Amino acid sequence: MSHPIVPTKIYLAIFGALLALLGLTIAVAYIDLGPLNLAAAMTIAVAKAALIGAFFMHLRYGRKLTWVFAGAGFFWLAIMLVLAMTDYATRP
Amino acid sequence: MPDPTSAHAHQFESLEQQHDADTLGMWTFLATEVLFFGGLILCYTFARFSYPQAFEAASHRLYVTYGGPNTAILLCSSFTMALAVRAAQLGRRKSAAGLLAVTALFGAGFLVVKGFEYRTDYVEQLVPRLRFHWEGSDAGHAELFFWLYFVLTGLHALHVTIGVVILVIVAILSWRGRITAAKYVTAEIAGLYWHFVDIVWVFLFPLLYLIGHR
Repeated sequence: MSHPIVPTKIYLAIFGALLALLGLTIAVAYIDLGPLNLAAAMTIAVAKAALIGAFFMHLRYGRKLTWVFAGAGFFWLAIMLVLAMTDYATRP
Repeated sequence: MPDPTSAHAHQFESLEQQHDADTLGMWTFLATEVLFFGGLILCYTFARFSYPQAFEAASHRLYVTYGGPNTAILLCSSFTMALAVRAAQLGRRKSAAGLLAVTALFGAGFLVVKGFEYRTDYVEQLVPRLRFHWEGSDAGHAELFFWLYFVLTGLHALHVTIGVVILVIVAILSWRGRITAAKYVTAEIAGLYWHFVDIVWVFLFPLLYLIGHR
């Protein structure tokens, strides 16, 4: 896939955002939010993964077919986790 | 005789098509990796919701002062990796080689920190089977947390180790001029693997180190 050459400053901005999100996720862990601690940590992790995938792994610049391939793994992971935990959560 | 650095393999119609196939091949492999780690994540999810107190207490025995800086090291390595691929795209083979070497050094640094952390875990008697002692309640499920911790981080460390070897090989190839601007895809797919290993850690860090609130 010959995607365009991404300017260094975009990579630098993404790198800065990733470090900021790392700081945020650690800071939030020291505040008691009850069950929201898990939600906050996972939301931040998904945001970091999305930034890495979109810019560093060039998904943003890639073809739709690459998106399908990249999405497939996470789609099946979601099926496995959601169906398994649905069963678990609704057991009598 | 075609130029060996820009010609495509005979089964492809063009270099562009060959690059597409290479990239999709790596993404296919990464999808299988998602499911490989996914099975363990499912075990983890099941156990964490079943034994929330034991998992929170066990998680708080890990040091954010190890896990946090190590996350930063991997994020730095992803940044230098992205710059290395960019340099390869521009045909700057020596700066690409240098950036790949720096990325490999960050990876090695991560492994060194992880090694010291495992040593601390051993000293603090948190290694299941080998050396485990738990003062609090529900020792069995605290031990289960540490089983998952060692399997997940161990498997991840194995991926980092393989990644470092790949990065060193690609750096040497680039230095020797084997990775031209037209064939930068070698650096690109090595990068895809490396960034994936970083993403795995981005999830492992909060799941293992930041349970509940500290």
